[in-house]
Amino acid sequence: MTAFPALAEAFGNIEIVLVWGLVATLVLTVGMYASQGLGVSRLSLPFLMGFYVTRRRSRAAIFGLLLYMFGGWVFAFLYAWLFATLGFSGWQWGLLGGLLHGLFLLAVILPLLPYLHPRVASPYSGPTARRRLEPPGFLGLNYGRMTPVTTLVSHAAYGSILGWALPG
Amino acid sequence: MAGRTLEVPIGREPESARSALPHASRTAGQRFPDIGSYAVIGDCRTAALVGADGGIDWACFPDFSGDAVFATLLDRSVGGAFRLCVLDPVEVTTLYVPATAVLETTARTQRGLAIIREAMSTLNEEEDCLEPEVEILRQIEIVEGEVDVHLLFEPRTDYGATPVRLKSKGRLGWSFARRSRFFNLATDLDVRSSVDGTRLEGTTQLTAGARRDVSLSFVSQDPGVVPPLGPEAHARMTRTVDWWRNWTASIAWDGLYRDAIVRSALCLKLLTHARSGAVIAAPTTSLPEDVGGSRNWDYRYCWLRDASLTTRALVALGCMDEAGAFLDWLLHATRQTSPRLRVLYDVYGGDRIPERVLSHLHGWRGSRPVRIGNTAHDQLQLDGYGQIIAAAAEFVAGGGHLGATQRRYLSGLGRVVRRRWREPDAGIWEIRGERRHYTHSKMLCWTAIDCLIRLTEDGFLTENVEELARTRAEIARTIEEECYDPQRGYLAAIGWKDPDASLLTMPKYGYLDARDDRFRQTFETIDRELTVGDGLLLRYPSGFDGLRGLENAFGITSFWAVEALARMGRLEEAKRRMETLLDCASDFGLFGEEIDAATCGVLGNYPQAFTHVGLILAAEAIARADEREQR
Repeated sequence: MTAFPALAEAFGNIEIVLVWGLVATLVLTVGMYASQGLGVSRLSLPFLMGFYVTRRRSRAAIFGLLLYMFGGWVFAFLYAWLFATLGFSGWQWGLLGGLLHGLFLLAVILPLLPYLHPRVASPYSGPTARRRLEPPGFLGLNYGRMTPVTTLVSHAAYGSILGWALPG
Repeated sequence: MAGRTLEVPIGREPESARSALPHASRTAGQRFPDIGSYAVIGDCRTAALVGADGGIDWACFPDFSGDAVFATLLDRSVGGAFRLCVLDPVEVTTLYVPATAVLETTARTQRGLAIIREAMSTLNEEEDCLEPEVEILRQIEIVEGEVDVHLLFEPRTDYGATPVRLKSKGRLGWSFARRSRFFNLATDLDVRSSVDGTRLEGTTQLTAGARRDVSLSFVSQDPGVVPPLGPEAHARMTRTVDWWRNWTASIAWDGLYRDAIVRSALCLKLLTHARSGAVIAAPTTSLPEDVGGSRNWDYRYCWLRDASLTTRALVALGCMDEAGAFLDWLLHATRQTSPRLRVLYDVYGGDRIPERVLSHLHGWRGSRPVRIGNTAHDQLQLDGYGQIIAAAAEFVAGGGHLGATQRRYLSGLGRVVRRRWREPDAGIWEIRGERRHYTHSKMLCWTAIDCLIRLTEDGFLTENVEELARTRAEIARTIEEECYDPQRGYLAAIGWKDPDASLLTMPKYGYLDARDDRFRQTFETIDRELTVGDGLLLRYPSGFDGLRGLENAFGITSFWAVEALARMGRLEEAKRRMETLLDCASDFGLFGEEIDAATCGVLGNYPQAFTHVGLILAAEAIARADEREQR
């Protein structure tokens, strides 16, 4: 199937995408929070997203979680679109997609955060009044050695759920 | 004003310069400074002890009872280092910035003059911003000439057991992480990493007008926050000074001993955990009661025995917010274990505080073992019930309000007291071994019932006053018949002839009037048999606790004696003793748990909230007696 009919199909399954997108996002969120709570990693995507839009810690916690849940739905649509385009789905393909998704986040997005995020400091210019968050570094390793593992496992779970639930 | 001045003869190498030599932290030996030479900085979550050589020798993260990342206080070779000092000083003066917990050191060298300011910068109001959980901020400014500034940074986790590998993060500084805890050191001083990456060290030559910062920031669980240096750091320091000044401006004390009272109030505030309201006993562990002995305990927790007096001191200072928060914490923490009370709790109300010996630490002047945690938490202390109920009564007397749940809980505690007051316990001094019928414990059970009666009469509770009054009379009968000796006054425990200084608090709790002959007799026995120096009292005779080694004079019991004298109408004697005791304060106006009778030096964990509570209440009693005399 080509891209545009596939997009129409993804929107046609909107209830499934919304419900399973929410479930997958919850699992992803729990996985990431658990790794933080257990002291395995300090990476918190809701924390980073929250501070993208506000400088207040209390508001960042709420806004970040809302943005993160919304982002989970957006990605669920992208997964639905991808599966519809490919014409097949399944938890194995979802798992593969989740791993690639997590790897992209770790290897591309996180290292670029000092240039994308208004509050993440850069090791080249140092902290400023506005930019004072520790940068995550390559693979998020600044936030703990296990960060790549927990991020990949959480995203793999997210992808697997969507691959299992969404039609191909 | 309290402070410390060191004059160093020209040509003679000062301690700070010697210790600033490369690899000093490995070769400094085990020469421990006096406990009283330390100043304390803090942010109402944790605290750090700053030594005369510019070293932060004790700092725990994330809170008072967390892991010490700098433990030089207890071991000069493996305790780590975080030292900022001026090289070749001829005179160094360290003072608190007035009415604050911010330290200011003025160091003069032959070529120039520098001022170092240091504080923990992040305070309550800043919580909602993107700030680290803890920041130790140290700033140096060159006022005249040219000065060489030395920085040594060698953190070690697990109380010095584990060296850390510092990672360079470019212009963000150097960081290390331990489990989910992230530390970052940022500075614009020149420093270089050691070959093994465990230490940063460097000397920077600065000229008049130069200003440099050193910022150690800490965050747990979340991505780290690195506060900027330069004007931003200066603004943080100014905010911190202003925060403390605003706080001390609210202290309602215009009477005698104002400087000592303000410093004591600041000490209590420093030892208050802002997030929970708990007031810890002291920010240190294992500073000995007996040098070289085994009486080394971890005091980084909250003791119930301190509760009512601490509340009373806070109310006397007009700190009703702190008193209310402390009472909330007290009722919350004890409700978790009710009807059984623990002797101590952590700042979050936790009661599992296992004791562990840190065998890798030398101990302050060889005082081993170094302990963390405290098994005393499992003892039975019946006075705890009285402490809680009396704390609530003090808070109410100060104008505070009790919620419906809190009232019900107090009534429940009263029922426990009525059921258990006849039992033996470990007493206020947590004496290990066989339980005894301590007079002080019985008296606090009496106090519990008495306060319940007062709270009922004032309309806060709906207890049966007649029943309570019967119990109160029964307890009093036991105390009078079994704990009183016509020749010696009230005794430490049923069947024991020893005196106990805790009985000096009998008038304070309203058990009897200080001018009553029975109390006068008790006072005389205690004063005669427990005095070990001018105005200095032991808490009980040597050997009474069954432990080896000698006790030194106890800070709070000495202040209790002052209070008792004031209440007895012996005002001049009370004032004289008060002055004598105030002379025993550390360089910074702070007290530890004990006072060395021979040298008047500070001993035991430091600074000690309980001793400062005693100081405040003694000053209050003198002020009242003074007022009475003037009328």
